[in-house]
Amino acid sequence: MSTGTQIEVVMPQMGVSVSEGTITKWLKQPGDPVARDEPLLEISTDKVDTEVPSPGEGVLAEILVQEGETVEVGTVIARIGAAGAPAAPAPATPEPVAEAPAPVAAEMPPVAPPAAEPEPPTAPPAPVQPEPVPAAPSGNGKTFVSPVVARIAAEHGVDPAVVPGTGTGGRVTKKDILAYIASRAHAAAPPEAPAETPPPEAPPSPVAPPPAQAPPAAVAPAPVAPTPPPPGTAEAAPGETLEPMNAMRRGIAEHMRRSLDTAAHVTSAIEVDMSRVVALRQKLKPVFERDHGVNLTYLAFVARAVVETLKDYPWINGEIRGEQIVTRRFVNLGFAVELADGKGLIVPVLRNAETLNLLGIAKGIADLAQRAREKKLLPDEVQGGTFTITNPGGYGTFHGTPIISQPQSAILGTYALVKRPWVVQDELGNDVIAIRPIMNLTLTYDHRLVDGALAGRFLRDLRERLETWDETSY
Amino acid sequence: MAELTYIQAISEGLRQEMRRDPRVFVLGEDVGVYGGAFKVTLGFQEEFGAWRVIDTPLSETAIVGGATGAALMGLRPVAEMQFADFVSCAWDQLVTVAAKQFFRARTPIPIVLRLPSGGGFSGGPFHSQNPESSFAHIPGLKVVCPATPEDAKGLLATSIEDPNPVLFFEHKHLYRRIKAQVPDERYTIPFGQARVHRPGDDAVVVTWGAMVHTAAEAAERLAAEGTEIEVLDLRTLIPWDEERVLESVRRTSKVLVLHEDTRTGGFGAEIAATIAEKAFEDLDAPIVRVAAPDTPVPFSPPLEKAFIPQVEDVVDALRKLVAY
Repeated sequence: MSTGTQIEVVMPQMGVSVSEGTITKWLKQPGDPVARDEPLLEISTDKVDTEVPSPGEGVLAEILVQEGETVEVGTVIARIGAAGAPAAPAPATPEPVAEAPAPVAAEMPPVAPPAAEPEPPTAPPAPVQPEPVPAAPSGNGKTFVSPVVARIAAEHGVDPAVVPGTGTGGRVTKKDILAYIASRAHAAAPPEAPAETPPPEAPPSPVAPPPAQAPPAAVAPAPVAPTPPPPGTAEAAPGETLEPMNAMRRGIAEHMRRSLDTAAHVTSAIEVDMSRVVALRQKLKPVFERDHGVNLTYLAFVARAVVETLKDYPWINGEIRGEQIVTRRFVNLGFAVELADGKGLIVPVLRNAETLNLLGIAKGIADLAQRAREKKLLPDEVQGGTFTITNPGGYGTFHGTPIISQPQSAILGTYALVKRPWVVQDELGNDVIAIRPIMNLTLTYDHRLVDGALAGRFLRDLRERLETWDETSY
Repeated sequence: MAELTYIQAISEGLRQEMRRDPRVFVLGEDVGVYGGAFKVTLGFQEEFGAWRVIDTPLSETAIVGGATGAALMGLRPVAEMQFADFVSCAWDQLVTVAAKQFFRARTPIPIVLRLPSGGGFSGGPFHSQNPESSFAHIPGLKVVCPATPEDAKGLLATSIEDPNPVLFFEHKHLYRRIKAQVPDERYTIPFGQARVHRPGDDAVVVTWGAMVHTAAEAAERLAAEGTEIEVLDLRTLIPWDEERVLESVRRTSKVLVLHEDTRTGGFGAEIAATIAEKAFEDLDAPIVRVAAPDTPVPFSPPLEKAFIPQVEDVVDALRKLVAY
């Protein structure tokens, strides 16, 4: 299988913590010429959407992962051939072999689908597993895996131990594993009408793979597809519609669940008289607008006060890492931004917020929020937060219990600013009722690290700052 | 086109360069009246005169030092070492002066040292060495090792054009043993472009100089057994075609590096290290080196045969590599 003249296109690593990506659009089709660095496709990860440039020049030979499919970082998603090379016909439907849970197939015996489960619309896992036992290698039964075999095995989710080896001492050679993968892909190819194929009723007896001489060039390598729940296993009841979860939604779902499984969430709330902030904002807003083109929001005031208060509460800006407590001399402030389509939320991070004054924070938030809505954030701008502010109050809600963004220790909720009758003291010390703009703030914190009293003091100090806001001190 | 031996191609190439560029001249021991130890410059003095074909004293230091000075003054000297082995006498002029001049003063030193090298004729320890790796290690020098008549002529023209000191290793064993069709007109071959001497996908032999032909013969024998070996001729060591080597490694995943120079610190070590650094995940077997043992070149014919890698040695190593 000579692929010497072909360039493999792999799912790129977009940021440190991103492990998979979804192909949203192919900008080139098989047969199209591509230049090096020319946009080849668009991908979406749970953090960002971006274009992927072509790693080389030539003709797009074949697309291995179709639009809408999600694969791990590093998976080969297309091949670019030399100019003039014939393009392989693109499969009309999503690559069927992608449905087979390739990485586990070698270890697990196939299980017949539960009777109640509707038949999957695509081919069931191909009955090539379990793998044939290879001829026992000589010697101690262990076989050395060469670097290239290790790499191919990882790329294709194959356990080298199940591949019959023809090298010295039964070693699996590169040719062996390529022939094995070719034969497996060949065996896994579904018949023309998959819907009519009966599902396997019982674990089939081990089937030897077809001869290794199967023409390798004709077989598309099986992409690694450890995609969690395969789309297509759910079915709509009458009146329901189905839509696939995008990468961002799956990321949110996974993160929310993991956070609740990790932290001991407790929420405390406090009411803040925002009279001074309201007055100051009224005064500064036109100035900021005129001189800096920045819209001064209440969020900027709250953020500035939060950053200042966090200096006295390092654990609330900290994290539990293993058995250690991490504290920092900096604040990377995350704030939740709803996407324009209302179908997701992203948390850009304002780095080193402790170095910024009110104007700097207002500018930073405006810039990140704008780019978040346009999906133009860079991967590193959504990572590394140490504390997060979320604002569910935009629609009038006065209380909430947000979920902490892991691995942080707390998240502040800001709520609707409402005029309320408020008991204040007049100049004689008598209680009177006044009309004041009140905002509720909540601190949801990880009770493993942050005690209730600590959270209470943090909220008290934060309120103090906001209620005594002095133009000259920020 | 004419069928020329390797040495005729060098001679003709040199003559063409001297005819087209009056700055080009040759100097060396017995290059004039006698026509050179191997007769490369036979008839040159008659054609170009004693001032362009200079017989020098027996001093390699003087030859290389004089060539360096002439280059500084705008000439294009082609200096002959009678045997490549003798270049060690000129080490200081070459390595300390010529190689570093451009770095120090931005004045180029366009000299070519013709270095008849290699064994196979019982020349013994002073007339058979392949000292290319010593100079490949020196920043500022280029190292050229042609394996065919076409390459010898084209690479010589490129060497004379090059603004740097170029060490042109001519393999003596090839001088009159190989013949090929060589274009009549002048042509150049760019440095740093390897040449596929023989295609194959089962393993690649990376080599240069006379060993290209040893590798090719070994590959022919293995072809009879159904194994296709690529023979890649580097042509130039500085610069060397790393990209083309890595391409072959990615395709074949099995590499044999072959050279006639001794093993330790040979240029094959540099190639093997680069492959390990840049194509580790493409290797299906350890990189194999076949080279001369770490001794001086022996006089005795059977010992010299045991010393220089032979076709059988390469066949054996390739069989093991392919089976690995």
